[in-house]
Amino acid sequence: MRRNIILFFVILVSFVLQTTFFQVLSFGGISPNLLIIVTASYGFMFDKKYGMVVGFICGFLMDIFYGGVLGFYALVYLYIGAANGAFHQMFYQDDIKLPIALITASDFVYSFVCYVLLFLLRGRFDIGYYFRSTIVPEIVYTVFVTVFLYPCILMLNRSVGDVERGDPKNV
Amino acid sequence: MSPVVKRKRKKISIPSRYLLLLLTCLCVVLMAVTFFTDYSADTVNRIAGYIIVPFQNGVSRVGSWISVRVDELGELREVLQENQELKQQIADLTVENTQLQQDKYELNNLRELYQLDGQYSGYDKIGARIIARDSGNWFHSFTINKGTDDGLATDMNVIAGGGLVGRIVDIGPNWAKVNAIINDDSNVSGMVLASSDILMVTGSLELMENGVIGFEQLIDSKEQVEIGDKVVTSNISDKYLPSILIGYINEINQDSNNITKSGTITPAVDFEHLEEVLVILKTKQQVTD
Repeated sequence: MRRNIILFFVILVSFVLQTTFFQVLSFGGISPNLLIIVTASYGFMFDKKYGMVVGFICGFLMDIFYGGVLGFYALVYLYIGAANGAFHQMFYQDDIKLPIALITASDFVYSFVCYVLLFLLRGRFDIGYYFRSTIVPEIVYTVFVTVFLYPCILMLNRSVGDVERGDPKNV
Repeated sequence: MSPVVKRKRKKISIPSRYLLLLLTCLCVVLMAVTFFTDYSADTVNRIAGYIIVPFQNGVSRVGSWISVRVDELGELREVLQENQELKQQIADLTVENTQLQQDKYELNNLRELYQLDGQYSGYDKIGARIIARDSGNWFHSFTINKGTDDGLATDMNVIAGGGLVGRIVDIGPNWAKVNAIINDDSNVSGMVLASSDILMVTGSLELMENGVIGFEQLIDSKEQVEIGDKVVTSNISDKYLPSILIGYINEINQDSNNITKSGTITPAVDFEHLEEVLVILKTKQQVTD
């Protein structure tokens, strides 16, 4: 229960910060994707199901406020959350390499899917440009923020004593 | 809660692959519904508005307060130096001003001829503050802090500094989402003021970097349109009120079909530093009715 309350606030704070604070702190119009960090972290910290639900909520929030059709971002985030959940077995709390790698991959997949479905299908073919100007900067910025945000999420959940270790002894 | 109850609860929990399937179906159905019908999730908008918007409001207010203070400190030194330069400029400008005043008479006369005066100053407008921007990096829509409670509705036009910003595409009780005309998925039917040629103004992420928006399908058979010409919203648009300034033509190219022209427009609005906007409280539908 407490985990869910924390989750609610983590999503709320991330969304609010992403749409306000980090829009002011954007470099060249690029701001980090906090919701991906939250979705991915909850995915590999807990399990597939949790990642899915978190992803769905995050995506749905994006849909309500900024989506063209309801459900598009929810679907993308849903699958990213689920995919990250599959790595729960490999997750150790003290290891930061896996989280960073997973979040990088998640953000890349998210950006790429967005490009293909929202831009490529409308005939914007200059993929090199979009890589240079949007996808790569977003990933770099997101990873940079991850370094600070991820330990916070981990700590919040560790203090509840709720993070299940992914080591084989407990499974 | 007794452990027995807890265990019972766990038994009902669905396996993850069914949950994935279920949520996927839900998303697909929602997408289909919102894409093929006019349904907009009113209740969801309402709930989300009450939870999220107050926070966004607060954070953006604090943020803008801080950024103003920081700017003030940084600018103080510049301002002192600027002050001296400006004093010199005043002298030059006074001379120029006299010249311009004469031009103004002429302009007023021409405007009357064109019957453009006060076309959109007559509409009721309401000010709103931008409280949040699109969280992704692909599109440039933003949220303002007024909604249906303040009399706004979807399709209302949003302007700032005399130029067109965009229109409201989604709305809640205390928030509204504005789709900017520089947005990659936005199209506005425009008109070159000088020659009344119709063109299509299309936003583009690629051009946005240079601070311009694209236009296409300009049929200018008489070769009248020139760089610097004013582009306003056309009267055939079904969403935008006529004669709102969009920007000035920046570049014209002949298309390969030799019939139409395309190019870029410098928007009249500074989209990078947009903080407050005006919403025109009339939609095109109401005006034509």
